[in-house]
Amino acid sequence: MMLINNIIKPKTINQNTLVIFGSILVALSFLDVVLLSVFNINLTGSSSGISFFVPLFIGFIGLYYIRFEHTNYKFINTINKNLNSDWFNSILTLLSVFILLKFIPIILNWFIFDANFVGTTKEECTGDGACWIFINVWLKRFTYGLYPDSETWRINLAFILLIFTIGVAYFSKPKIRTYIILFLLFVFPFIALNLISGDVAGLTYVETDVWGGLALTLIVSIFAIIFCFPLGVFLAMGRRSELPVIRYFSVGFIELWRGVPLITVLFMAANMFPLFLPEDIFLDKLIRCIIGIILFEAAYMAEVVRGGLQSLPKGQYEAAKSIGMGYWRMHLLVILPQALKIVIPGIANTFIALFKDTPLIFIVGLLELIGMIDLAKTNPKWLGFATEGYVFAALVYFIFCYSMSRYSQRLEKRLSTER
Amino acid sequence: MNFNTLRKSIPQIITIILFVSVIAYFWSNTYSNMEYYGMEFGYDFLKKAASFDIQFSLIEYDGSSPYYRAYFVGLLNTILVSVLGIFFATLIGLIIGISRLSKNYLVSKLAEVYIELFRNIPLLLQLFFWYFAVLRALPLPENAINFGDAIYVTIKGIYVPKFLWSNFNYFISSFIAAIIAGFIVFSYAKKQRENFGKHIPAFFISLGILVVFASSGFIFGLVDLEFEYPEIYNLSETVFNFRGGVTIIPELLSLLFALSLYTSTFIAENVRAGILGVDKGQKEAASSLGFTPGLTLRLVVLPQALRIIIPPTTNQYLNLTKNSSLAAAIAYPDLVLVFAGTALNQTGRAIEIITITMATYLTLSILISIFMNWYNRRIAIKEK
Amino acid sequence: MSNAIIQLKDVNKWFGEFQVLKDISLLVNQKEKIVICGPSGSGKSTLIRCINRLEEHQEGSIVVDGNEISDSTKNIEKIRAEVGMVFQQFNLFPHLSILDNCTLAPIWVKKMPKKQAEELAMENLTRVQITDQANKFPGQLSGGQQQRAAIARALCMEPKIMLFDEPTSALDPEMIKEVLDVMVDLAKGGMTMIVVTHEMGFAKEVADNMIFMDEGRIVEKAKTKDFFDNPKSDRTKLFLSQIL
Repeated sequence: MMLINNIIKPKTINQNTLVIFGSILVALSFLDVVLLSVFNINLTGSSSGISFFVPLFIGFIGLYYIRFEHTNYKFINTINKNLNSDWFNSILTLLSVFILLKFIPIILNWFIFDANFVGTTKEECTGDGACWIFINVWLKRFTYGLYPDSETWRINLAFILLIFTIGVAYFSKPKIRTYIILFLLFVFPFIALNLISGDVAGLTYVETDVWGGLALTLIVSIFAIIFCFPLGVFLAMGRRSELPVIRYFSVGFIELWRGVPLITVLFMAANMFPLFLPEDIFLDKLIRCIIGIILFEAAYMAEVVRGGLQSLPKGQYEAAKSIGMGYWRMHLLVILPQALKIVIPGIANTFIALFKDTPLIFIVGLLELIGMIDLAKTNPKWLGFATEGYVFAALVYFIFCYSMSRYSQRLEKRLSTER
Repeated sequence: MNFNTLRKSIPQIITIILFVSVIAYFWSNTYSNMEYYGMEFGYDFLKKAASFDIQFSLIEYDGSSPYYRAYFVGLLNTILVSVLGIFFATLIGLIIGISRLSKNYLVSKLAEVYIELFRNIPLLLQLFFWYFAVLRALPLPENAINFGDAIYVTIKGIYVPKFLWSNFNYFISSFIAAIIAGFIVFSYAKKQRENFGKHIPAFFISLGILVVFASSGFIFGLVDLEFEYPEIYNLSETVFNFRGGVTIIPELLSLLFALSLYTSTFIAENVRAGILGVDKGQKEAASSLGFTPGLTLRLVVLPQALRIIIPPTTNQYLNLTKNSSLAAAIAYPDLVLVFAGTALNQTGRAIEIITITMATYLTLSILISIFMNWYNRRIAIKEK
Repeated sequence: MSNAIIQLKDVNKWFGEFQVLKDISLLVNQKEKIVICGPSGSGKSTLIRCINRLEEHQEGSIVVDGNEISDSTKNIEKIRAEVGMVFQQFNLFPHLSILDNCTLAPIWVKKMPKKQAEELAMENLTRVQITDQANKFPGQLSGGQQQRAAIARALCMEPKIMLFDEPTSALDPEMIKEVLDVMVDLAKGGMTMIVVTHEMGFAKEVADNMIFMDEGRIVEKAKTKDFFDNPKSDRTKLFLSQIL
């Protein structure tokens, strides 16, 4: 092995020369793949779609020549350490780069270069790429569902108020902040609800059947999050209670909702709930579904909070009791603030999961974002744009979920350094 | 009765009273509602004929079969997609998780992108994407993608050859015999190692035995395996289809893809946490004692890593099984669609059907929970 | 060629751009006890970790018991079996009992029968005086007990050389003595030992030679008595004044 090493890569030749030679080889291999994927010029490959062998071989030799413990080029040193530490790694690197070089042009083409952005009708989508006109035309429906166009300002108003209030809470003093948060949690939802559904203060009534799109997704998520959190905390406390009746109820409740799929809960909400109520009380399907989601997610939240309560040292409980705090005061002032801080990542994950579960209400007939896209793609004038629609939805969801998880990671880091 | 017992009993009594009254309220409403609408209650409908077809079934079923058979068809379909999904999710999750730990910057970054991408997009959306976007792009039967004239990939599904066995039981018994032989080999090897310090490659020997036993049936002409290949034919002048062989419907495929890829991201993170969770010093201590990297992995790293990996991964398996209920969105005939969907619509027996469905999933969850608790107690690393 | 069981010649090592070992040359004879001291970051741990190739050196040669340490694999496991190492963080295997910790390597590396391995383990556990903990798990032991168990585990491979990387630095003060006593006992039994430590009392009692390292170099090497009574280098004098 050492002998072959010395023949192919002799120590007598200047190291720099070998490095430069190797780099040229690697660049050539990349060039070959790019030529094939972007310009369809087949220099060295075989006729099959995955004609990687020749560039792979050239690149492999090139990386072999570059591989030294210590060269004079900083860039090469970084590459050697990370991507070229041994022959196995070099092959992985080459394959990864080739895959990227092959697929990124295709994706870019579809998304941007061959796509149609401007227009109003299906016929104007002439390119091979995405028909973003479809999204443009339907954007209002995707955002507001079937909510009447003339009234959508009410939804906008509700959300602007929400963001504004949150902003005020962020920048205000702690004492005022508590009141603002209480307002947000207990008063604002009802204001927003009335604003959006109407039938008060001269606003026309818009029934929940036509609510839809991204607005519906957000409304359902926010409502569910607000209510499932306190319920989850109560259940977690109940599960740890010394009173057997309460403990068994909590355990039963939690295991029941954790053990069944959300779809069955929604089916239950849609089909069974009406039977439980007397004839004269009628609850909107939307409200029934939100209640179902709240119960379902509260069970998961309860387990997360329970983890926090359990990990708190017993000393905290004992110290609080010893200064005369009752059960509720102890939990409110001492236990919960600490326990909740510990499990912020878990709470954030539950929120994100809730947001990702909202689309399921589509299956019982409530047209949130994905439901609206389904409606749009089956419209006779706009058949065949399923891909564009779903890619758009994927982007929207990805942006929301990824930002939320990033924020929770930052929050976690900030709170852990505080301790 | 002293003050303390009173203080403890009152909240409990209040809870019980509340609970009972709420249940009673719901009960009476339900009773009067059902009377009003002329709905019946009872489980005897399960024996009546279902009178609807199911597109894909692992057991014999047709419209004249009773509802309880339809239940089992749905249940088996759920189990099928769940088991397959668990298998692929674990495999992909392992690979991605290990890649995420690679020293190679590109590989680890690509794995990270994969995880973030498939984790942050709702499962339902991924399902729709596979079903409506990807699989719809597959060709019609006449232009099927062809693998060796045996496997055809089309928009209507993937067609694979059907296995036609003769004397299947001989094959099964040889398989079972091989497994028993394997146990014997392993315990013999263990004895040899403990008593004499002789190390025998038990794994490879067992593998060899398996191959020999399994093929013995064929060699001696006791077992025979033929294939029924799918063939294309004219349904009408312009429409072609396949007959023969086994059809893997696109609904099953898209559900499988979506479930596997989505769940694999969580499993990958678990694997990563598990391997990172083993202290670096453990590997160093093992190396300094003279262990090869292979032995270090097997005896020191893996046992510790698995303790971290298995509990959350089992949770993910459970999630995958529950998520398979999304089949309702694309008409894959799983338990929810067949029973809580079609059967419910036909019979109107909402309460009975939904109760049975939820009870099925609940049983599954509880079984897995019990297993989890047992496993955790058994392998818990003892501390002071 | 002397009795030298370990020979380092002109060893240089870099972590990236930073040079952590500079022109290290050292001879260690059989049954010799060497204590290496020095400020943190001086390369002491890296030096002994190069001897059993937990770290790789870029230049120079290291020969252990006649075997050159390089990239060849067969070489490495054989050498490691002859060289025992005790870590600052003990690194016991938490999922195995103390007895299993000790018998794991003899069974799987030396291919010893289980009974023989267990007898050997009990011998060594007796030597470090924790026989009654044999069936307990590391998490149930105190720090001092864990480190003694770690020493027993290393001894079960019947090594020719024992390396100690700051063995008492992670221990509570009252447990340091029990570990040092075991090490003194080991030294008296004739083991070749290289110990990185700050425990100068131990060094004075046990070491044949002292080495002071600073910034990657061996600044001074001398017989123990000469080292403490007549340090030659100013840096050595400064260091000794700071810790004694």
